[in-house]
Amino acid sequence: MRLYSFGPKFIAVAAAALLVAACETAPESTAATGGSGGATAPAPAAPAQRQLSLQEDLVVNVGDRVFFATNKSDLSPQARATLDRQSAWMKKNAQVRLVVEGHCDERGTREYNLALGERRANAARNYLVNQGIAANRLQTISYGKERPVALGHNEAAWAQNRRAVSVVAN
Amino acid sequence: MKTMQIMPFAYRLALAGALLLGAAAVPLGEARAQLRIDITKATIEPMPIAISDFDAEGGSAAQTAINVPRVIRADLERSGLFRPLDPKSHIQKPADMRTQPRFQDWRVINAQALVTGRIENQADGRLRAEFRLWDIYAEQQLTGLVFFSTPENWRRVAHIISDAIYKRLTGEDGYFDTRVVYVSESGPANARRKRLAIMDQDGENNKFLTTGDNLVLTPRFNPARFQQEITYLAYPTGRQAPPRVYLFNIDTGQQELVGTFAGMTFAPRFAPDGNSVIMSYAKEGISNIFRMDLRNRREVQVTNDPSINTSPSYSPDGTRITFNSDRSGGKQIYVMNADGSNQQRISFGQGGQYSTPVWSPRGDLIAFTKETGGNFQIGVMRPDGSGERILSSSSAVQEAPTWAPNGRVLMFFREQPGRTRIWSIDLTGGNEREVITPTDASDPAWSPLSPLVQ
Repeated sequence: MRLYSFGPKFIAVAAAALLVAACETAPESTAATGGSGGATAPAPAAPAQRQLSLQEDLVVNVGDRVFFATNKSDLSPQARATLDRQSAWMKKNAQVRLVVEGHCDERGTREYNLALGERRANAARNYLVNQGIAANRLQTISYGKERPVALGHNEAAWAQNRRAVSVVAN
Repeated sequence: MKTMQIMPFAYRLALAGALLLGAAAVPLGEARAQLRIDITKATIEPMPIAISDFDAEGGSAAQTAINVPRVIRADLERSGLFRPLDPKSHIQKPADMRTQPRFQDWRVINAQALVTGRIENQADGRLRAEFRLWDIYAEQQLTGLVFFSTPENWRRVAHIISDAIYKRLTGEDGYFDTRVVYVSESGPANARRKRLAIMDQDGENNKFLTTGDNLVLTPRFNPARFQQEITYLAYPTGRQAPPRVYLFNIDTGQQELVGTFAGMTFAPRFAPDGNSVIMSYAKEGISNIFRMDLRNRREVQVTNDPSINTSPSYSPDGTRITFNSDRSGGKQIYVMNADGSNQQRISFGQGGQYSTPVWSPRGDLIAFTKETGGNFQIGVMRPDGSGERILSSSSAVQEAPTWAPNGRVLMFFREQPGRTRIWSIDLTGGNEREVITPTDASDPAWSPLSPLVQ
């Protein structure tokens, strides 16, 4: 995940810790129906003197990711709720462009999973476009199964890895 | 003595910086004999074969005369078809076999076949390598050849001799004088470093082709340009942008983007004539198969279907393509004509999902990955979908078969927790072996044979 920080170095370190905390939070439900986004992370009180970067704000206060069932790219109600918050956030931050990364779990073949990751990223992107976000503010990249966040080899890990993650474009 | 016409040979082993100088293979006489291995049988008792240390003359020849037979023994042993006898058991010394071996000395140790040879470092700096294959019971020479090479190219000479032995005793082309391009992996799974690498089929002469700064996947050889060119997928370095298909010239290191597609291109393979690349292009969640002609840079859409269509692989005659699609709901294997017409599903196994179809270089089979009941299987079926056979099954993820150029052996990769390795297996389903690589390794692609000996 890209760290997006304007502050001096010690703030960047604090922000990194915050991001890790958000990333490591498992989806609410690890069942095949998918969970909700990173907004479920317990948002620790930010240091009063610092302002969150856009990426941190997206991760902590909006939810940067949605989850999918095995081999599926359908958006669950929780995923749509997260994307509703993302579209509202994009309207508030009108200059922001997002890259939507599509990912898969390890239980599949590499080439097919590249295509599946692209399909998942587009499912999230299309939902945002339908909510009124300009298409040229949203790019997609598939990482297939090459960039897992959860390193286990079990359903709990796979559920976290079947995801579309929104990243502030640089 | 029969005269064998050898085509002029100017293969450049650019990575090793070596040059096999117009390797002239001079036949040393041949006889008809019964000694033969039928490699189509499911279980084979490996043939006991003695590969003697070679006779030597001149400079460093003595070491080469030990090294070359050592590599031949390893090649033949790994094939599962031969049981090379321990050199310590050999009775007759290499220097005593310049005219003919004492066959009874080899019968005593139960050798059915014997390989003898001679290495000379010539005055002109070239290496002269001679070998003879003997039938111990018929007391006949089966084949014999002389090669000329640069001394540092001795490994390749050994593999070429292994191929000649394999061919004489099985009737099939060998696959030892080949290389494998693959993805070398290191680091934790969430920050995995992946580099293109190339090695001899026995894991030697490993070279890295990319730095690992950017993610690369699925390298494949150009079958018509003899180990000089590959196509592969690469993510851009330091930019948020989709991955694309590239060409890589192994001689020069030059990389070139294939096509002018707006989004992700992936799953590339060359056509059998090497003049075009077939691949998938993803757009708006739909992946279709496109062909790009490398001569005129024209892009042609081959499939037009609103699902995922990927992993295309040509039949060796170039008239048909097998590919992977989830248009029926799950992943299945299809075949079509090269122009995209007549698309037919061929995989129907109960409860299975099929992907990564690869057409055999012999044309008779399609290898695939099958996911069923939580297992990952490597198997083959005929191009009409009949005759499905599973060769290897694992609860670990394994996928991406690639064919040896003779269509008798497959490599694939298996991801066990903490250990990702390339494995090989015979078409019979036997002789499953790990291929030794210096790092974790995935996405193997077997090279074609080099043009050398007819």
